[in-house]
Amino acid sequence: MIPTDFEYYLPATISEAVHLYRTLKNHGKKPLYYSGGTEIITFLRLHLIETGAVININAIPECRQNNLIGDSLTLGSSLTLTEIEEANVFPLLSAASAGVADHTSRNKITLGGNICGMIFYREAVLPFLLCDSYCMIAGGDGVRKAPINSLFNKSLQLTEGELLVQIITQKRYLDLPFICIKRRQQWETGYPLVTVAALRNGNEIRVAISGLCPFPFRSAKMEADLNNTKLSLEERIELAFRHLPAPILHDVEGSAEYRLFVLKNTLLEIIPKLEAGAIA
Amino acid sequence: MHDFPLSKRRIILNINSEDVDIYIRAADLLLDTIRESLGLTGSKPGCLNGDCGACTIILDEKPMKSCLMLTLEAEGKKIMTIEGLKNTPIQKAFIEHFAFQCGYCTPGFIMNCHSLIKNQPNADPHTIKEWLQSNICRCTGYQEIETAVLSVLRKDYNK
Ligand SMILES: Cc1cc2nc3c(=O)[nH]c(=O)nc-3n(C[C@H](O)[C@H](O)[C@H](O)COP(=O)(O)OP(=O)(O)OC[C@H]3O[C@@H](n4cnc5c(N)ncnc54)[C@H](O)[C@@H]3O)c2cc1C
Ligand code: FES
Ligand code: FES
Repeated sequence: MIPTDFEYYLPATISEAVHLYRTLKNHGKKPLYYSGGTEIITFLRLHLIETGAVININAIPECRQNNLIGDSLTLGSSLTLTEIEEANVFPLLSAASAGVADHTSRNKITLGGNICGMIFYREAVLPFLLCDSYCMIAGGDGVRKAPINSLFNKSLQLTEGELLVQIITQKRYLDLPFICIKRRQQWETGYPLVTVAALRNGNEIRVAISGLCPFPFRSAKMEADLNNTKLSLEERIELAFRHLPAPILHDVEGSAEYRLFVLKNTLLEIIPKLEAGAIA
Repeated sequence: MHDFPLSKRRIILNINSEDVDIYIRAADLLLDTIRESLGLTGSKPGCLNGDCGACTIILDEKPMKSCLMLTLEAEGKKIMTIEGLKNTPIQKAFIEHFAFQCGYCTPGFIMNCHSLIKNQPNADPHTIKEWLQSNICRCTGYQEIETAVLSVLRKDYNK
């Protein structure tokens, strides 16, 4: 049971949602955009957050879009992860999201909720970081387009009241060779020890990681070392590890040392396979 | 202006093919409404976090964890709970294959398996495994549950 009451709104347009947010905030309601609601419900139940109003974004057509038109794929932020997997237009994203939670929960967890949520694994962001995707963000001044690699720094850097509406990915990235591996402490569902999503774009290998640090990341400096084919693979990984962000997670799921060991072995597995050719 | 506070509503829920007219709080969880307001106690509370699947219902053909859903979100949709299933093949298969021990997880498993059978009649082993991972059984009867599902999906399956 959620002990505290809140108001519930279901706007039909982006501008209505953004306007509602501003009005409710001015009335001291601490509003929240509500997408799948799984994190909001859990955190409210555990008294980890409080709100006086939720704004459900599922009736906004732009947030529900799933279109491959011309040279770009547009994915609305309130699409559920299973809707994305079933359409399977972006196989790397299907693979990354299939690792999140379990099938029934993914009928409710949404793309935007996973990426904007406080639970820091945010595994669905990895493919977009690798594909230099763009975010459509709605705020008081209308809708703006921003590259995800500048907007996402540990978390999506939205200003208060901004709404992630869509993520746009160029079609040419959708069929590139990729590998996505999620390593867990045990079982086949659950949070990752380390998740590595990797993509080959021409001769360049791109890597994005979740579960190692308390945020997902892609590092240009690490990729430069990993792509230095003059060195042995072990040397490349060793050099790349100098650029790992801090802190490395050290918790009940696994020690920092173990996570690094798992990451190294995962990279040793992924990179030769991607260098050898197409993998989907 | 609104007739009543926005945090409370009167709504019609379609549950097990019947329309019910109820007052709810916007903050009410579907699991609580089903069990406490409607007295349908087949859907079980377990973890309340989305981990165990004991609370699984079917919403517009899809399995959903009713602990992770506001009652308001089910307005205009068709909710099916274990009480709405009568003599379905998967219920019979659970009995024939002894696919439960204490039975606490059983309603949730049956709703998920029923939805799998309806949505994916030709499910491959990977799909079956993926769907079944949404529910936890503390009595560890997974093998029997898988056998029950396979016995319905593959008419010739007899293990
Ligand atoms: C059982 C379970 C297992 C999980 N396992 C994993 C896992 O393995 N890996 C993983 O990465 N995550 C996992 N998660 C975390 C889950 O992906 C996140 O909690 C995610 O937030 C849930 O998405 P949602 O759509 O329900 O979000 P919501 O609860 O709707 O929203 C979460 C937060 O994001 C904000 N928000 C939502 N949409 C937008 C938007 N469009 N614009 C701006 N802000 C927005 C909300 O205001 C809220 O603060 C798991 C969650 C559950 C319940
Ligand atoms: S009670 Fe809903 S998943 Fe455990
Ligand atoms: S039969 Fe006891 S929990 Fe599954």
